[in-house]
Amino acid sequence: MTDTLPDSLTTQSPMGRPLRRKEDARLLHGQTNWTDNIQLPGMLHMAILRSPMAHAHITHLDVTPALSEPHVVAAFSAKELGDLNGAVPCVWPVTDEMQAPAFPALAIDKVRHVGDCVAVVLATDRNAAFDALEAIEIDYEALPAVIDLEAALEPGATLVHDAADSPGTNECYTYHLPGTGIPYDEAKAKADVVVKRRFINQRLIPAFMEPRAVVASPMGVSNEMTVWSATQIPHILRVLLALVTGLPENSLRIIAPDVGGGFGGKLQIYREEILAVQIARHLGRPVKWTETRSENMVATHHGRGQVQDIEIAATKDGKLLGMKVNLLADMGAYLQIITPGTPLLGMFMYPGIYKMDAYDFNCVGVFTNKTPTDAYRGAGRPESTFAIERIMDELAAELNMDPMELRKKNWINHEDFPYATIAGLVYDTGNYEAATAKAIDMFDYAGLRAEQERRRASGDPVQLGIGISTFTEMCGLAPSRTLGALKYVAGGWEHCTIRMLPTGKVELITGTSPHGQGHETAWSQIAADILGIDVDDIEVVHSDTGRAPYGMDTYGSRSLAVGGQAIKKAAERLIEKARVIAAHQLECSIDDLEYAGGAFRVKGDAEKAQPLAAVAFEAFSAHNLPDGVEPTLQAESTVDPQDFSYPHGTHLAAVEVDTETGKTTLRTYVCVDDVGVQVNPMIVEGQVHGGLAQGIAQAMYEGVEYDEDGNLLTASLADYLVPSAADLPSFTTSTTETPSTTNPLGTKGVGEAGAIASTPAIINAIVDALRPMGVNDVEMPASPQRVWRTIQEAKAATA
Amino acid sequence: MIPVSFDYVRATSVADAVAALVAGGEDAKVLAGGQSLMPVLRLRMAAPTVVIDCSRVTEMQGITDAGDSVVIGAGTTHHEVMNNPLINEHTPLLAMATATVADPAIRHRGTLGGALAHADPAGDLPAVALALDAVMTVVGPQGSRDIPAAELFTDYFTTSMAEDEILVSIRVPKLGPGWGYHYEKFQRTAQGWAIVGVAAAVQRNNGTINQARVGLTNMGPGPVRASSVEQALTNAAATAESVAAAAQSATDGTRATSDLHAAADYREHLARVMTERAVAKAAGI
Ligand SMILES: Cc1cc2nc3c(=O)[nH]c(=O)nc-3n(C[C@H](O)[C@H](O)[C@H](O)COP(=O)(O)OP(=O)(O)OC[C@H]3O[C@@H](n4cnc5c(N)ncnc54)[C@H](O)[C@@H]3O)c2cc1C
Repeated sequence: MTDTLPDSLTTQSPMGRPLRRKEDARLLHGQTNWTDNIQLPGMLHMAILRSPMAHAHITHLDVTPALSEPHVVAAFSAKELGDLNGAVPCVWPVTDEMQAPAFPALAIDKVRHVGDCVAVVLATDRNAAFDALEAIEIDYEALPAVIDLEAALEPGATLVHDAADSPGTNECYTYHLPGTGIPYDEAKAKADVVVKRRFINQRLIPAFMEPRAVVASPMGVSNEMTVWSATQIPHILRVLLALVTGLPENSLRIIAPDVGGGFGGKLQIYREEILAVQIARHLGRPVKWTETRSENMVATHHGRGQVQDIEIAATKDGKLLGMKVNLLADMGAYLQIITPGTPLLGMFMYPGIYKMDAYDFNCVGVFTNKTPTDAYRGAGRPESTFAIERIMDELAAELNMDPMELRKKNWINHEDFPYATIAGLVYDTGNYEAATAKAIDMFDYAGLRAEQERRRASGDPVQLGIGISTFTEMCGLAPSRTLGALKYVAGGWEHCTIRMLPTGKVELITGTSPHGQGHETAWSQIAADILGIDVDDIEVVHSDTGRAPYGMDTYGSRSLAVGGQAIKKAAERLIEKARVIAAHQLECSIDDLEYAGGAFRVKGDAEKAQPLAAVAFEAFSAHNLPDGVEPTLQAESTVDPQDFSYPHGTHLAAVEVDTETGKTTLRTYVCVDDVGVQVNPMIVEGQVHGGLAQGIAQAMYEGVEYDEDGNLLTASLADYLVPSAADLPSFTTSTTETPSTTNPLGTKGVGEAGAIASTPAIINAIVDALRPMGVNDVEMPASPQRVWRTIQEAKAATA
Repeated sequence: MIPVSFDYVRATSVADAVAALVAGGEDAKVLAGGQSLMPVLRLRMAAPTVVIDCSRVTEMQGITDAGDSVVIGAGTTHHEVMNNPLINEHTPLLAMATATVADPAIRHRGTLGGALAHADPAGDLPAVALALDAVMTVVGPQGSRDIPAAELFTDYFTTSMAEDEILVSIRVPKLGPGWGYHYEKFQRTAQGWAIVGVAAAVQRNNGTINQARVGLTNMGPGPVRASSVEQALTNAAATAESVAAAAQSATDGTRATSDLHAAADYREHLARVMTERAVAKAAGI
């Protein structure tokens, strides 16, 4: 029987191979199913009237004129919507005292940011719905806008939320995390050098390619409400929509069809989703809403938005003693799903890869009249990594040490793992020495330093700078008990069911919800390796609560690190069940069987073999199953991760700064990432490239700007500068592989690494180029104008 | 966002287009490549009731050698302009500047005539037209007339063309032998709009600059001719020092504005630096 097995099954394991993505042919040929492509009979289009004011009383609002516009079927403000005006939930009340103001889907009496939803029109034609918005009568009475974080906390500041039961402050919460070591002040008292910096980690807009879209249909064959949404979290959305709308959870089916990017921006339950469901339910007709790019800029949550006061204490020979972090975190106007928790996702990571005796973290969440913030690629960790990697360079400058030497002196050595950090985590594995040595080698660190010296000596108007970022981050959200301890309301487990069909094809049902990551390929590789079948015989079923009912979705580089474990376990369980049936078929004991290359074989008797597909057919026909064995061949697993995983890497950037214009050109970018075991190195590389582009974008291009009245100045992609491939050099990427020990696959996570690591590498490089001119910081994004002004100010100060 | 609804007319001749324009009155708009008009409509900054598509009007196509000048149909796309042999031979500055406009997809649709008629202060081509003394031929209900570039651009997004006139062709004089050219553009992203742009043509005779023409992009409501720089360069030594000295007067007569990417003082600084670089490169220094 063995000779019937195709070669590919018996030769090489699919694990670790750079297989082309299964998804791509379909995506590249336009055979995609975006939410906006969905057309249903009787479907209505929803258009939203948004506030042009950052903060104002609504003094008059009448939607009735819109009703007489062509094709209009209904129009609602908060008044008409009444009880259907669901409240947007926040699932992470980070402290018991946290201020959690009401967040109705349609604003009631007051608007609190440009883009706040005021009214909706439903029409049989999308354009008509837009036109009819202009007929709505609305008057505002402007209120002062709360924009600056520090000013927002001053006594007497205008309040973003001033309901009778509000605490009368713009402070949302205060959070304190003491380190596990000695008090910071004690460490500081022993220090020879203390370096303090204020970093502004600016707001960013996720700017994914596919805008948000939702279709809510109450007109199924059953009494189910089907909701298609361009979301990262169909499962969590189902629970939350049930809680918000009161619809029974078992009659809600959420489908995330093809989703074109998310970066955390679609890790959300949005006002528009609630409105679509409630109005579809009320009118008994399907409702579709697709956001325009203009809406996207003001109404999709923003990321980052922190003022970081960082202090680091060290001895004069460069040994770190302690670190103190004081954050002001911009919540925006309302709390969305994990708005308050997002800055706290970084609190464990400020010490980075370094040993120190003391750590102290404080964060104050602040309400402002701006779009709400929430998770954006890295969520909290890019901010912390930026702070530690930037301040390490400033400390090195203060100590007159090479910044790499300072890092080597303080990092956790590979023989120190597992290592309990000062922030209270246990890093399982890592090898910073190996990744760094490889990166230095690929980068020609010595050669570039020599060129830098030459340019400095000759007074070249174009100066060269070298930036380092030796980062680590935490992936694999998350052990449920840890989430509980942090007051997050849900768990962090993941589920997989693997079902072998009678024809030998496999359905792998996962609770992860990809939106560009290539799960269909990578998950197939993991299962194919264990099942010994072809990758193409596996269909990965995901992102539909009707077909894949259990899951915790995709964010925080968790899908492989957590979901991968469930795949492995389910596949192993399936083989165990099959083994019992195969032993019965081959009339041997299960202990006599070995499983390899897609078939069970009797040890020592090569002729006696049973392919898995034959076992599956037997499980289906059930004509001759062993006693006590149930028909069908499927197995499932739900895994709660035992701990986080900690990818790390060394990123090196060389930039040229034109000191006459302030323009920075990124010349070389080298990174060596250690993401543990790689299932598909091509996908890893792709994730690193995209992450780098986004992290570099934060450093050099992207930044949300508001004026003092709260108008978004970067309200289009002409002003909010998302770089393209033409702005970036060819990246030189590589990896080292130190398997994680917190999961049986040894994987870590790579979705956010590039975005986390690259931002400080770039700013360090720009500052390094300009340090002889007296520059010791550049605010982000380091636009030419900003760099030029920084140079002028430094010149004036040293003159 | 989504434009308000409008009627669409596809013109087949200039006369046809003018007639439609007259009929439509002030609510009519000409459509060329649509690369500036569509964003304006989409954001509802304009709400015409009729849009007259001129992209298939053959009289507005084509590039011909007219002896002392090159005549370019207004409907010629940026892509055609930058790759055309006549233009590259006789008026390469136009090709150089056009190559910096946006990205290939936009250059395949956007037209020279549309770019000039739109008169965006950040557009790259008005400064080139001004520096090269291009002449526009426009046709209206009263017939045809010529408008020199120096009289075309009157304000932000405003030209001296009447509302019922159509730009049909652009005549670019040949400068003759001994000229070098460069367009220096300062932008934040590779495919972004100019924060400042400098179009320079320099006629050099060994160690001397005979004469120069310099046009500035985005240094005021319309393109600016840097006359002080041109004067300073006339019969100047072809050295880095004299070019740098001349470039100091690049901001004479400009009215720089402030926006998100550049405040006026920084823009003025850039104008000087970019002028120095553009002239030096055009002069082969
Ligand atoms: C993303 C993006 C980036 C861009 N970047 C740049 C850049 O870096 N530099 C740059 O210079 N340009 C840039 N552009 C603009 C581009 O060059 C356009 O092609 C140009 O501005 C308009 O040309 P068009 O043919 O598309 O005109 P349209 O958009 O069709 O028309 C523009 C205006 O001119 C009028 N018009 C057009 N043709 C005529 C005519 N023959 N007679 C009378 N009126 C007419 C129209 O009524 C309209 O008001 C960019 C555009 C986009 C979308």
